[in-house]
Amino acid sequence: MSKHPMQFVPSADFKERARGALDDDKLRKSFRGAMDFLQAKRRNQFSDEEERESLRDLGSAIRKYALANLPDLLEQLERKLTANGIQVHWAETAAEANAIVLDIMQRNAARRMIKGKSMASEEIELNHYLGEHGMECVESDMGEYIVQLAGEKPSHIVMPAIHKNKADVAKLFEEHIPDTPYTEDVDELIQTGRRALRQRFMEADVGLSGVNFAVAETGTLWLIENEGNGRLSTTVPPVHVAIMGMEKVVAKLDHVVPLVSLLTRSATGQAVTTYFNLISSPRRPGELDGPREVHLVLLDNGRSQAYADEQLRSTLQCIRCGACMNHCPVYGRIGGHAYGTTYPGPIGKILSPHLLGLDEAGDLPFASTLCGACSEVCPVRIPIPDLLIRLRNEAKRNPNETVATPLRGQGAKHSAAERVVWQFWSGAFKSPKAWAALRWGATRLRAFTPGAQAGWTQHRTPLKPAPRSLHDLLKDKGQPE
Amino acid sequence: MQTRTYPPKPSNVYLFGTCLIDLFVPQAGMDAVRLMEREGVSVHFPQDQSCCGQPAYTSGDAEAARKVARAQMDLFKQDWPIVVPSGSCGGMMHEHWPKLFAGDPVYGPKAVALAVRVFELAEFIVNVLRPDYSRARAEPCKVALHTSCSARREMGTRGHGLSLLASLPGVEVVEHVRESECCGFGGTFSLRHPDISGAIVRDKVDSIAGTGCQRFITADCGCMLNISTAAQHRGVGVAGTHMASFVCERLAGESA
Ligand code: SF4
Repeated sequence: MSKHPMQFVPSADFKERARGALDDDKLRKSFRGAMDFLQAKRRNQFSDEEERESLRDLGSAIRKYALANLPDLLEQLERKLTANGIQVHWAETAAEANAIVLDIMQRNAARRMIKGKSMASEEIELNHYLGEHGMECVESDMGEYIVQLAGEKPSHIVMPAIHKNKADVAKLFEEHIPDTPYTEDVDELIQTGRRALRQRFMEADVGLSGVNFAVAETGTLWLIENEGNGRLSTTVPPVHVAIMGMEKVVAKLDHVVPLVSLLTRSATGQAVTTYFNLISSPRRPGELDGPREVHLVLLDNGRSQAYADEQLRSTLQCIRCGACMNHCPVYGRIGGHAYGTTYPGPIGKILSPHLLGLDEAGDLPFASTLCGACSEVCPVRIPIPDLLIRLRNEAKRNPNETVATPLRGQGAKHSAAERVVWQFWSGAFKSPKAWAALRWGATRLRAFTPGAQAGWTQHRTPLKPAPRSLHDLLKDKGQPE
Repeated sequence: MQTRTYPPKPSNVYLFGTCLIDLFVPQAGMDAVRLMEREGVSVHFPQDQSCCGQPAYTSGDAEAARKVARAQMDLFKQDWPIVVPSGSCGGMMHEHWPKLFAGDPVYGPKAVALAVRVFELAEFIVNVLRPDYSRARAEPCKVALHTSCSARREMGTRGHGLSLLASLPGVEVVEHVRESECCGFGGTFSLRHPDISGAIVRDKVDSIAGTGCQRFITADCGCMLNISTAAQHRGVGVAGTHMASFVCERLAGESA
């Protein structure tokens, strides 16, 4: 396992992977097509601009309220869940979370796990860990199942196999599922996948799921899905383990309603999903079905670092809808795998530095044009570009500088050479005399403008200063000051 | 973006020329002056100005950005509007200076006071100067419009650009596919991630070329230089014209 469980390839190689993805025409077409489709679906769901904006206000306020009361709400959640018969476990790190799940399996003499969709379990690389300990995990979300068969990772937080086309899936199924002929008929492929998984549900000792929202007031775990695999994973096996990032708690049941509406409409452009699962206890005496044990693992894994900072805390407002990646010009070009982190795209760029440290994920905040398409669609109004700029500052900070609450890996991207460039730049632009001299040089010596300009001329013709600057032209014209 | 209230037409304004226009597209600055003078406004250009600080700000060097921004903040002594012929620089001054100086007892309040006086050129023309362009050249002309993303979101420049172009007789604005998508410039992003930036701008060039317009109009010099030089690099016949220069061109030989 890599040093950081969440990171399956070093993000330091981001540039190289991005280049690889850019050269892959098929991949770019897959992402472009999927993004255009998802953008249109979202747009259709929010045709009333006023309604959309007020719902976003509400969603953002609900999430802010939950975060402002996070410690209390988590305690309340634990109390309520415990009273309802759900066992609560706290995990500060990925390793702790993995160990907790393994322990639950071992105590139940379990060997087989069926998994509903859970990004938190991807984050801690649970499958890998359990596999090393002799357990078998099968993903039951169709997208997750496909990437698992391919030995890959999700490339999108909502649609894990968005990088695969029908032909890819057809090949995978033909190869991995016995007696499956090659077909690109989508309905048939889905039926094949479902049949293969159905058997696994019956055999599983433990079902694992993520959580979309946990309600402190009632001790309820909300799970939103379309395929029904979440319901099966949480009801068929005798033991259900849910895992969630600790920020996903909300105060009241009422608060979930607008969030759900925002989530499904922003994520897949659906007014509502096929399944809502509200889980509030294990099987009660007299009930015919449901697991006899339910556990919740509450995961920190770096989130408290974001929580501790007033500005960065808004990162935790996220409800994981994926709209930011669906609208991101960078994600659309390079796809999810190039990021090398569990959470790709804009949310990944602002979250990964807390989960992994700026030393590991410090390149990501710089991989953005700051165009703001993400924050424009974010249903809970996370100011993503502002957070990117902040993280850039923290990554570039002089490592010797002492700050009240340093971020993990602070200063990891500090470069003395770059600092000198900005010092020179600010020296030139803060002094009218220096800037005048520079202008003079650049315009008079324009014939000597280099033809190769680092980075720029790879895809563009060189920039050449004008023969006379605006300053000069306006001075000649006698413009008043 | 909040809806702004606009002042009545003033007798004097300041022009903040921006460093890119200063060095690379000075004619756009000259044309901006001309358009405002045409409406009887006296345009002042403090010669000590340079740059709004955006390159360092977005690159993660807030201190360098502050040094440069501070040097601009005392140049606009009178209480006149400050007009910026580049949306993203306008956005920097309007939106980000207050954030950059938050907590600074001297420059904090100054930044806030300045921010409300900053207007993007098209915004200022449309909402404050309200010119009459009905006698401009009328022969039909199709153009595409490109707006910088941050400016569109921070300053509402798309609406202003469209209104300004709509006030010109004969000018038809053709929409291009994914018009609202970023052109890939992103300041130092284009240098830090040339490959990704190159892929994004390639698509932007294609989408403008796809309209059949050879020409796109923009009030943002960063985007304009990015898209135009990328098109030139590939030999695609697409080139940008600054909004101010385009309007001046349409007004040339205006019938008296
Ligand atoms: S940051 Fe916003 S848009 Fe992105 S996944 Fe989270 S909630 Fe959705």
